[in-house]
Amino acid sequence: MLVLLTICFAAALLAPLVHRAFPRRAGTLLAAAPLAVFAWLGAALPEVMHGHPRVEAAPWVEGLGLEAAFRLDGLSMLFALLISGIGALVLLYTQGYFKNHPQQGRFLMVITAFMASMLGVVLADHLLLLFIFWELTSFTSYLLIGFNHERAEARQAALQSLLVTVLGGLFLLAGLILLAQVAGTWRLSGILGQGDALREHALYLPILALVCIGAFTKSAQFPFHFWLPNAMQAPTPASAYLHSSTMVKAGVYLLARLHPALGGTEAWSTLLTAVGATTFLAGALLALGQHVLKRLLAYTTVSALGAMVMLLGIGTTDTLKAMAGFILAHAFYKAALFLVAGGITHETGGETSVDQLGGLRRAMPFTFACALLAGLSMGGFPPFFGFVAKENWLHAIGRHPGLVAATMAGGAAYVLVGLSVGLKPFIGRRPEHLHAHEIPWSMRAGPLVLGLGSLALAFACGPAGHALIGPAASAVAGETLPVHLHLWAGFNPCLAISLATLVLGIGCYAARPLFGRAAGRLAPLVRLGPDAAYRGLLATTLRFAGWQTRMLQTGILRDYIRITVLTAVALVGAAFLHAGGIRGEARLSPLSLRIGLVSVLMVLATFTTILAKSRLRSIMSLGVVGYSMALLFTFHGAPDLAMTQLVIETLTVILMALAFHHLPVFKHGSPARMRAIDAAIAIGVGAAVTVLVLAALHVQTPTEVSDYYLDHSQALAHGRNVVNVIIVDFRGLDTLGEITVMAIAAIGAYALLKLRPGKGDTP
Amino acid sequence: MEAVLAMVIGTLYGGGLYLMMRRNLVQLIIGLGLLSHGANLLIFTAGGLRRGGAPILAEGETHFAAAPSDPLPQALILTAIVISFAVTAFALALFLRTYQTTGTDDVNALKETDP
Amino acid sequence: MTSIILRTATRYMFPPLLVFSVYVLMRGHNYPGGGFVGGLFAGSAFVLHALAYDVASARRLLRLDPRDIATGGLAIALLSGLPGLLDGGAFMHGIWWDLHLPGFELHLGTPMIFDIGVYFAVFGVLLALVFALGEEG
Repeated sequence: MLVLLTICFAAALLAPLVHRAFPRRAGTLLAAAPLAVFAWLGAALPEVMHGHPRVEAAPWVEGLGLEAAFRLDGLSMLFALLISGIGALVLLYTQGYFKNHPQQGRFLMVITAFMASMLGVVLADHLLLLFIFWELTSFTSYLLIGFNHERAEARQAALQSLLVTVLGGLFLLAGLILLAQVAGTWRLSGILGQGDALREHALYLPILALVCIGAFTKSAQFPFHFWLPNAMQAPTPASAYLHSSTMVKAGVYLLARLHPALGGTEAWSTLLTAVGATTFLAGALLALGQHVLKRLLAYTTVSALGAMVMLLGIGTTDTLKAMAGFILAHAFYKAALFLVAGGITHETGGETSVDQLGGLRRAMPFTFACALLAGLSMGGFPPFFGFVAKENWLHAIGRHPGLVAATMAGGAAYVLVGLSVGLKPFIGRRPEHLHAHEIPWSMRAGPLVLGLGSLALAFACGPAGHALIGPAASAVAGETLPVHLHLWAGFNPCLAISLATLVLGIGCYAARPLFGRAAGRLAPLVRLGPDAAYRGLLATTLRFAGWQTRMLQTGILRDYIRITVLTAVALVGAAFLHAGGIRGEARLSPLSLRIGLVSVLMVLATFTTILAKSRLRSIMSLGVVGYSMALLFTFHGAPDLAMTQLVIETLTVILMALAFHHLPVFKHGSPARMRAIDAAIAIGVGAAVTVLVLAALHVQTPTEVSDYYLDHSQALAHGRNVVNVIIVDFRGLDTLGEITVMAIAAIGAYALLKLRPGKGDTP
Repeated sequence: MEAVLAMVIGTLYGGGLYLMMRRNLVQLIIGLGLLSHGANLLIFTAGGLRRGGAPILAEGETHFAAAPSDPLPQALILTAIVISFAVTAFALALFLRTYQTTGTDDVNALKETDP
Repeated sequence: MTSIILRTATRYMFPPLLVFSVYVLMRGHNYPGGGFVGGLFAGSAFVLHALAYDVASARRLLRLDPRDIATGGLAIALLSGLPGLLDGGAFMHGIWWDLHLPGFELHLGTPMIFDIGVYFAVFGVLLALVFALGEEG
């Protein structure tokens, strides 16, 4: 599996080159990568469907316990097949959609990289590995939504999706770390077996909450759903792939994956069912008022994701089976409808509104056929797979009146949307201005395969249930669940509800204009939703950042120094008080007259330096301070330092004298009050440093390092001057860095002084 | 003795910062000089003044008979002294150029990044 | 800043300062001294010359551009790390050679070569800075 992912990522890297070499065949050529994955998965299917997952692990960063561990079980298989299969179709579709587009190579690269990352998410068996791929999908999604980056809306939508999903990702990371800590392993396969212990653990609720926030943001659950409709700014192939069939299901995948470990509790089912049902209904309701093709589909995607979370939350074996079936059905019809919608917009010269479309059946018969197949499946009409999935779903929720009513309401919205996209653009009268062509060949494969698939799966629902849905549901449940699907299950209450939903939905479709008008009136209310909250939060953050910058970055050096030193003093002071003042035994040396005299000299020289009215006197007193330093070094057994200090001090005085020659005398005085404040701060800092030094003297500093150097200087480095040996041998690398810094300072000074700006240049 | 040196260090820090908060470029750089003296002396003192001879072995010996002063802070300070010289020189060049370009040595007047 | 005394003193001080700087460098491993101080002493000799005469004259005396000297010093210091690497150790792992010459023994090692690099780097940096500031205005 590592090999497969490597192939896909390599394909992503090569995509621009492939596009340059074969501009007309790039999508087809790149589709070979997902097809290879698909074939490999197909070969592994018989084994996996009988409950024998494929596992592989390679060491990655052994010191950190990181492994490139992968595991392919029924759930992973279902997702991986969808990702690679639809991925191949989307790549092919892209070739026609972006025909002669100069940036096609970039698009192909990012979408292939996304595909590889998404495969990584569903195959990873190591939590951190999973998280890395998870974030990669957020990132590639950002690039795809912002693909038309010259449009401001696209950039905003891209940023919004990135902020929402990555912020959720941080919560997820925290949750995964806690999970691994509690379980004692990073391997998913190890964690899933510890469900009972995890559910009992005190950290269970925090883990659940954190993981759920991550999954909900990714899978556009209420109240984080708002980014998904906005993400329709992405080019249609990306919408079809990422924002309907794969990436947004990552959250559902993760929750389903962790169901054996975290599921089955009161908290789990309450949280997931409530959030899922809200999202399901809200998405369906919001979809009713839409007229833009892609937004219609996007809101029903939100709704469908809600349904999956809801079914997962209910958590009976039947609902888990229903969820797995619904994932499969939804992926087929929704991707097909997106591809159809993209085709319509593409071939009508950019028309996106359902209301402006009609009568395209003559011009686009092929598209019509595919659209109708997918649209009917979405509506849950027999004999399509959408119908089978819905029957299964109704069967699973039993007779709970609330759930049944919700399902009927949502189902009616699906009928409306399915017919709006699959039927409405093609029937009726064609508006005068509307001219259209049939979509090119490369764009046909996707809608055709997925549309026909929706029909074929219905007739092959027995094998599909056995090979795909059953193993997936088993992996979610943590036990083997046989799935028996029937296209015709006989007359039963489910069929009656299903048919009633269809009738209701057709009625809604007929009353579509009404919904449009109602949505128009309710629009201001909808605008107050989470999207507005997001915008407000973003604006507030920016305002706060601006305020803080203006406060801290005044452009006046004095303020910077004040802020820096006062912060330092406050931090040191707090730590000092926390430690309870000076403690421990001091290693003080006795008073000595000569050191005392030098100290007095230094203090006097310092004050002279500060108070001197002339520059020369100031420099000279600074020199006195430096020479006194040299004396102190001599008294304390540091001849090397004394020597260096002496020479440096002389050179510094010369250098300053040279430079100050060109600078004016002091003339900018500060008001007395300012000087007093500065003096107070300076005295405060001086006192703090004094206390700090005294405190440091009371700490027993370990001397192992020094002792090692003292003991081994002669033996290891053949030098008797230990200071020099440290500089050139023991810590030679540091010295190399230091002389490099010196050289850089010299180059900088040289450039400043020697490179005079030319006449035309601004200084 | 360390208490006295600690006060000297405090004086150097306070004095250096006070000068750096003045408005003249010249005073800024002199303050920087005082501050680096203070920092060097701080490392030297806080490292512990092991009152001994220089950490230099007599010829023919491999171990110190009596504990010498600590060589590690000395090695740190030695490079620090030389580097602070280079930095002071760089600052001098920078200020000189600033003065020539902007025509002012008033630090408070140097608020805008654009000429 | 022309002074007969300074010029005369410089004439007598210049050669001993240079010799002394090399002496300080070479004995640095065993006695107080080393590349840093040595380089500073050597630089001081030229600074003295520049003060007594002028920077141009000091530049002529030096012949090489101080920036080249600094770069050369850095290169020597960097290269001194390679033998240790080639010997299978870490970068800058010290390698020592014992030379038995008639009359006396010489310990020569990569740390000493490194110190020579430091010497030239400090020397070059110092002069590049002083010359540039001295030529200003």
